Amino acid sequence: MGDVAIRAEKLSKRYNIAKLKKRHTTLSELIAETLKSVLHQNGRSGKSSETFMALTDVSFEIGQGEVVGIIGQNGAGKSTLLKILSRITEPTCGRAEVYGRVGSLLEVGTGFHPELTGRENIYLNGAIIGMKKEQISSRFDEIVDFAEIGKFLDVPVKRYSSGMYVRLGFAVAAHLEPEILLVDEVLAVGDAAFQKKCLDKIRNASKNGQTVIFISHNMIAVNSLCKRVIWVKSGEIVEDGPSADVVRKYLTKSVQDRDLSEEVWDSAAEAPGNDMVRLRRVIVKHQDGRLFDPLSDPLTMQTPFRVEVEYWNLVPAAQLHITLHLYNAEQIIAFTTGNITTAAMPSGLLRSVCYFPGDLLNSGSHRFVVMVVKDTNCVIYSHESRVAFDILDVRERHGSWYGKEPGVVQPVLEWTTEYLGEDGARGQF
Amino acid sequence: MELAAETGFKKPCTVIQPRKGMFQLDLISVWRHREMLYFLVWRDVIVRYKQTVIGAAWVIVQPTITMIIFTLIFGKMARIPSDGIPYPVFAFSALLPWSYFSQALTRSSSSVVNSSNLVTKIYFPRLLIPLAASIAPVVDLFFSFIVLLALMAWFKIAPTWGLLALPLFLGLAIMTALSVGLWASALNVKYRDVGSIIPFLIQVWMYASPVAYPVSMVPEKWKLLYSLNPMVAVIEGFRWAFLGKGSPDLTMMAVSTAVVMLLLFGGIVYFKRMEQTFADDI
Repeated sequence: MGDVAIRAEKLSKRYNIAKLKKRHTTLSELIAETLKSVLHQNGRSGKSSETFMALTDVSFEIGQGEVVGIIGQNGAGKSTLLKILSRITEPTCGRAEVYGRVGSLLEVGTGFHPELTGRENIYLNGAIIGMKKEQISSRFDEIVDFAEIGKFLDVPVKRYSSGMYVRLGFAVAAHLEPEILLVDEVLAVGDAAFQKKCLDKIRNASKNGQTVIFISHNMIAVNSLCKRVIWVKSGEIVEDGPSADVVRKYLTKSVQDRDLSEEVWDSAAEAPGNDMVRLRRVIVKHQDGRLFDPLSDPLTMQTPFRVEVEYWNLVPAAQLHITLHLYNAEQIIAFTTGNITTAAMPSGLLRSVCYFPGDLLNSGSHRFVVMVVKDTNCVIYSHESRVAFDILDVRERHGSWYGKEPGVVQPVLEWTTEYLGEDGARGQF
Repeated sequence: MELAAETGFKKPCTVIQPRKGMFQLDLISVWRHREMLYFLVWRDVIVRYKQTVIGAAWVIVQPTITMIIFTLIFGKMARIPSDGIPYPVFAFSALLPWSYFSQALTRSSSSVVNSSNLVTKIYFPRLLIPLAASIAPVVDLFFSFIVLLALMAWFKIAPTWGLLALPLFLGLAIMTALSVGLWASALNVKYRDVGSIIPFLIQVWMYASPVAYPVSMVPEKWKLLYSLNPMVAVIEGFRWAFLGKGSPDLTMMAVSTAVVMLLLFGGIVYFKRMEQTFADDI
């Protein structure tokens, strides 16, 4: 540590939007355009202003052996930054110093030729990503083992399954062992086993003292693999600091941008409902009634919370109760809950509150349908609430799985394991 | 592990910043990546011979048939003189460098566009792409070279010491193809109709080169203008090297070579300038 691996000073990248829109001009079009602009002297005005800053004055320093995550929405400039650092594209201004050999896992299988065999492609791909011939030869067996292609080694890769293709590509890339490893969204491709291999590779890289820059939308992976995270938004660095902090701020910000935490109607005339019942308010709060502050105090998997429904009862002495159908992001009903009662409700404003314990729901976005039920079994009004709440997963992971756990609930259950003696299996049963 | 051994030393520093001067050619990095160049050429060659059913035979059949057609049309029907050499040998000795040139130019002009998956994903000196595309067809040349030797044996023409100068003219042929290929491949990234202009250009170019007719047919006053075409020097050189007849006009050679050098230098400068935005434009 102490030594700098990457130092970026005010890196900026400007793209010409007009160029991006119409990608391949033809010579004849060029000639036509030139003629036009000669004839109309002002033909070129307005064209040059159509630029787009993918990165603006991005500066940071990454020490040797650091594992740094880069997060941000799509189009925030993460990939542009990686492309500049790997010298695929040049910055418009600014400079960066990169100490050591750069390799990246975004080039899995790049340069493979379908007609060539696995063996030939290992050499070709190795050379393309910057390995020396002896280096490839000395690691050849390792690469073949890692790729698990076995007897297909001398078969043209066009006959490979897509899984084999990706495995072979990754095997070569993984044996490059650069001093600086750039990884762009590996978790988006391949199956779980492949993703696990990628992540193991990243973890090992950091153990071996390699510097790693890791771009991902998987916050769990970023949080667990990286000590430091840089959050990029619209081409600028928003936040650069310890992962847990930055990831939390990023997630809560994106929740804030997207979700409605409260639905409220001030007058009964405009409120959803009918001549028996009208809704007044639907809101998600802390267990104790405080409002959630997405920045300092977000809703996590551990946090108990409550859902309040306020409504006007327009029919005196009606037997009413509220039922909630809770949906997750996959539109699966996690469960339903209601306060079934036979008590007669006076007409006027009512409030029903449902308390949700912590350690129950899985992470992700949730919303619910509010139903007003009469006489314990007759739904008189059903409202698809626009209130959505994101349950964040900010747990630290120690296992090797960084994806979202499957299932609609994620309760914390008690477990025990007993030792039943050395010959338990034979003797007792 | 190499890594452990290297950590003791100062790591090489790469500075990334927008390029300033026009003439930062950075040919050293091309030399450093020579192994990749080798593998790119190797890939092109292997793929070419794997994909075709008759493999190596194809590169022999093509110029041979062209030679037969030329012999019938230009040699027999039009009775174009061939400087006292049997017309088939005369034509084939020119078709050798010409087939190479047209192959190399066709391939190199589309090389960068065809390598978009490399260009957008990996850094390496982009010059390697047209360079590899210009070098790979040399292998084809080697096969048709054998045919020419057989043809010369058939007509009982003995090779001369001039053959030793062949690598020189081969070098000139490669440079000619590369210089035009550099311009074309860089232009092709931006303007895709370059791809359809090239075949036409090659066709016209052939009639402007002494493939089917001897240089001696060109009127003296047009000779200097004629030799601005670098393929004139290449073809004349090949003919002289094989057949030993009519040693090449040194002035014409010098003019052609100068033109190639100029084209090549300009091509490299232009290519290096355009390569900065290849990844964005492609």
